[in-house]
Amino acid sequence: MLRSRWWLTSAALALLGCGGPFPQSTLAPRSDFARATDVLFRDIFWWAAAVFVVVELLLIIALVRFRHREGRAAPRPAHGHTILEIAWTLAPAVILVFVAVPTVRTIFTTAGEDIPPNALKVEVVGHQWWWEYKYPDLGIATANEMHVPVGKPVQVAITSADVIHSFWAPVLGGKRDAIPGHVNYIAFSADSVGDYSGQCAEFCGASHGNMRLRVLVDRDSAFQAWVDEQKGGPATPPKASLAEQGKAVFSRSACIGCHTIQGVSPGIIGPNLTHVGSRITVAAGLFPNDSAHLASWIADAPSLKPGVLMTRMKPPLTDADIAAVVAYLQSLK
Amino acid sequence: MSQRAAPAAPAALAAQMTHGPTGLKAWLTTTDHKRIGLLYFWTAFGFFLIGGIEALMIRAQLAQPNGHLVSAETYNQLFTMHGTTMVFLALMPLSAAFFNYIIPLQIGARDVAFPRLNAFSYWVFLSGGLFLNASWLTGPLFHAGMLNVAPDGGWFGYANLTERQFSPGPNIDFWLLGLQILGIASLAAGFNFIVTILNLRAPGMKMMRLPTFTWMTLVTQFLIITAFPVITVALVFVMFDRFFGTHFYVHQAGATPLLWQHLFWLFGHPEVYILILPAMGIVSEVLPTFSASRCSATRWWCTRASSSGSWAGACGATTCSPWAWGRSPTRCSPRPPCSSRCRPV
Repeated sequence: MLRSRWWLTSAALALLGCGGPFPQSTLAPRSDFARATDVLFRDIFWWAAAVFVVVELLLIIALVRFRHREGRAAPRPAHGHTILEIAWTLAPAVILVFVAVPTVRTIFTTAGEDIPPNALKVEVVGHQWWWEYKYPDLGIATANEMHVPVGKPVQVAITSADVIHSFWAPVLGGKRDAIPGHVNYIAFSADSVGDYSGQCAEFCGASHGNMRLRVLVDRDSAFQAWVDEQKGGPATPPKASLAEQGKAVFSRSACIGCHTIQGVSPGIIGPNLTHVGSRITVAAGLFPNDSAHLASWIADAPSLKPGVLMTRMKPPLTDADIAAVVAYLQSLK
Repeated sequence: MSQRAAPAAPAALAAQMTHGPTGLKAWLTTTDHKRIGLLYFWTAFGFFLIGGIEALMIRAQLAQPNGHLVSAETYNQLFTMHGTTMVFLALMPLSAAFFNYIIPLQIGARDVAFPRLNAFSYWVFLSGGLFLNASWLTGPLFHAGMLNVAPDGGWFGYANLTERQFSPGPNIDFWLLGLQILGIASLAAGFNFIVTILNLRAPGMKMMRLPTFTWMTLVTQFLIITAFPVITVALVFVMFDRFFGTHFYVHQAGATPLLWQHLFWLFGHPEVYILILPAMGIVSEVLPTFSASRCSATRWWCTRASSSGSWAGACGATTCSPWAWGRSPTRCSPRPPCSSRCRPV
């Protein structure tokens, strides 16, 4: 009994290995935008498959029929068959029309600029190597984890603060470059609730591979709760708690030069930390947002993310100070 | 000198040819098209092996999550140098090997039009390749704290990541100067082969009788002399930005980093055909020969016209308007077509 259960579990796990999870598969669309490109991809795939079959079939027929055999004269090559030549010139042209028209149409429909008036607007700013999100109509500023309501149109306006990045959450839509001095748009409405991951898709320096992102598609009520939470100021740590000590350490350390905590510090170089405790990851999606990772991040960020602007502090914070700052940051729900 | 005035007798010529330098010196001083062809071939093969080792290191690093075979910085140098090596140090000189060895034979010429310029092209190419790869070992000269300071901006080197602000080390400088050196070699060879094919054909070898490979070579050389000046200018802009404080790709100064992408792909798309046309030429010679049949379609000249146009296709993710796609690149101002749709943040 136990053994058969073991076998069943193993088989299930093996099958799971075949079936994913592939959190960044472009073949599992979860929004109108992603579905538009998916339909286009499947269309073109079948055209390509048909061309492949025809070409390979002709090749195999030629190889078999005209192969060298003892005692048989070489076949006489045909040359100058006008109808054939016209046919194989026209056929690719016709196929290209069937590929080009839907492609150009999809480019226009996914341009992201014509949006319904009730669309939620999100501004994305790419930084080396993290994502800044602003909700101009809601007065929210956050980083790396974008929350959007399910089934509602969302317009994302994308730009960059330094070099060229590319915003890409594969199951929700195609890549779009974040270019300093330009604004590019995508628009989508997500089909289903979920936690969708993505990453920077344009090489942007040392930690390009560590520049991840998440889009959390929430039910309406959950999204509203998140908005209410984010719109408020930062939590005030209780008197004489570890978190309160952490606030004091934060306020007298280099942290304030780069990070904003509303009412505490005005820095704009790094991510806004006003509600950092509410995020599920730290360091642009690299690590779970728990005490251990937060502590090692504060102590020595460059060893976790090569090239990161957040250097080791001089003089370094003591372990006690770090523990206090971690408690403070975690209290900022 | 009496020798110069009178043409040498065939026997004297033969003696001259057999009594030239021998051994290593012969290879170092040669202006013979076949020997230069072989030099190109084996040098390209050597760089091809280096590029292959780089590719293996990339795959080994990626064989498991969070691999630590090399650091993030070295990894970026590996894929940048892999791409640069394969395009400029392996594939292009491999084509050059075939141009050198075969073209004079196919058109009935004794050598290329400018044999010494031909040798110059090879040695400049070799220096460019050695200069680029020297960056693997010269970190200590720049107090970089590591041995390797190879280029790390991707083989496409997108501005503004290549600006001094974001890439302060000597890495990008190696790339800029290395590509400029290689560009000189390609341009010199390009003109050399155009003159050779147009002027040194044997009597009766009319243009339309040229073998397909020679035609492909001619088209490729025209692509080289039109595409390489564009990348030359684009690289000079980056160099001026890095060394002299200009702002060709700095958006804060009113420019746009997109300018690099337009210039680079105005070079990059013809470059695709520079790489593939000689190979297609070889296939179009080998296939009919071995199947004892003539080639039917000779409509390949269309590719030359379309290759410059396909620059626009690279703009997909940067959201250039699709209307810009049909536009001839020559009519396109240096300001990219998408700039009219820019809005301040």
